[in-house]
Amino acid sequence: MKLIEKHPILEYKHGRLVTFTFDGVPMQGYEGEPIAAALHANGVKVYRETPIRKQPRGFFCAIGKCSSCFMVVDGVPNVRTCITPLREGMKVETQRGKGIVKMDL
Amino acid sequence: MRETEVLVVGGGPAGLSAAIEAASFGAKVTLMDSDLALGGQLIKQTHKFFGSKNERAGTRGFKIAEELFKELKEREENIETFTNCTVTGYYKEDGVVSCVKGEDEYFHVKPKKIVMATGAQERIIPFPNNHLPGVYGAGAVQTLMNVYGVVPGERVLMVGAGNIGLIVSYQLMQAGVKVVGIVEAMNKIGGYWVHAAKVRRLGVPIYLRHTVKEAIGDRFVEGAVIQEIDEKFQPTGNEKKLDVDIICLAVGLTPTCELLWQAGCKMSFVPQLCGYVAQRDKNMRTSHPDIWVAGDAAGIEEASSAMVEGRIAGLGVVKALGYGAPEEIQGRLEEYHMRLADLRGGEVGAKIREGIALCSVESWEV
Repeated sequence: MKLIEKHPILEYKHGRLVTFTFDGVPMQGYEGEPIAAALHANGVKVYRETPIRKQPRGFFCAIGKCSSCFMVVDGVPNVRTCITPLREGMKVETQRGKGIVKMDL
Repeated sequence: MRETEVLVVGGGPAGLSAAIEAASFGAKVTLMDSDLALGGQLIKQTHKFFGSKNERAGTRGFKIAEELFKELKEREENIETFTNCTVTGYYKEDGVVSCVKGEDEYFHVKPKKIVMATGAQERIIPFPNNHLPGVYGAGAVQTLMNVYGVVPGERVLMVGAGNIGLIVSYQLMQAGVKVVGIVEAMNKIGGYWVHAAKVRRLGVPIYLRHTVKEAIGDRFVEGAVIQEIDEKFQPTGNEKKLDVDIICLAVGLTPTCELLWQAGCKMSFVPQLCGYVAQRDKNMRTSHPDIWVAGDAAGIEEASSAMVEGRIAGLGVVKALGYGAPEEIQGRLEEYHMRLADLRGGEVGAKIREGIALCSVESWEV
């Protein structure tokens, strides 16, 4: 993970290290920290593809407002990964298109 | 349905201050923030604040946040806090507020009074490929490195030489990241000289009258082309390619005011305050009798003034609810108004004073 090792002012307090998957690939991150931050630390920059032009989107505003970091998390699309906490065993996937909500009607 | 006396939307410097002030007079407060932690932008600020000693000048932003958390804790019997909880709507028919905890736990709250301290969002500028991952807002870069300790990238182009652009450039260097340059469309540095001097001393070139022509890359940023512009902001033909993987946008903020629009508050477009803001009386009450506003949501300014505005809004609310001795509340209000006037004094505050005058009303009483 690409983490800041030494900082002149700040001390980082990370939580428990947990394992999650990104498009099937196992990765590690800190529990309770945003999914997007964990992905970035693992070198993942592209979080979704736009519906029509298939352009890549990633991290942008980090405050849950811009929709750039929407991903499919545990099968649920359009999750704001910049403000959704990482949990052990989470299945995180690149979102392609608008995302399909699975529900029984 | 959940009920509360005071709902504070946003747990940044303004919201925290409003909640603390209201709770200190015995009001039952519910504080909600969409982020995973309280503190808003304060928790990302490693630099020492300016302003007067009253407003904690000389203290680093994240330390100020810690002081506010302590005050919050001292009043915890009166303050219920929700994080990762987004306020999504205000229904003016019945004053009900809708909220989402996380991504799917939807619920309603019926508050008696509301303080909207929703802060701001970052502006973006148009250039080809500005959608590429690696083009990040300055606040987002601060979150990655200062809150979560994640290296945002290897080499950064900063766009904007206002205070945020300069401070975040310095913070990037503190985190060990190379800042390749800062571009600024104006012909002078917008931020304080002391911040500019710090980054210049560390050898970062500041390109005045320059802008980003395009981002280079297919799946993410692999470079940037900057270009010189003339006084009419037209390209002169002088271009330079920079080897960067992050283009950090520090091109200004705009108040977050969707909920205020939904509530039907009277709004004004005030360029000095960077966008649409709610009209307000002296104690930050909007045209809606149950809604107050504070902080960047009321106009883009410094965190120091956001904190005082939050205190004023909190007092305005308890006064309306009938808590506390009127003389005591009045006394405190007068003190905060003086402190606010202090922060906005002099030449530096001229633009803000002008903006505030454009959206202030003497009183909402008819």
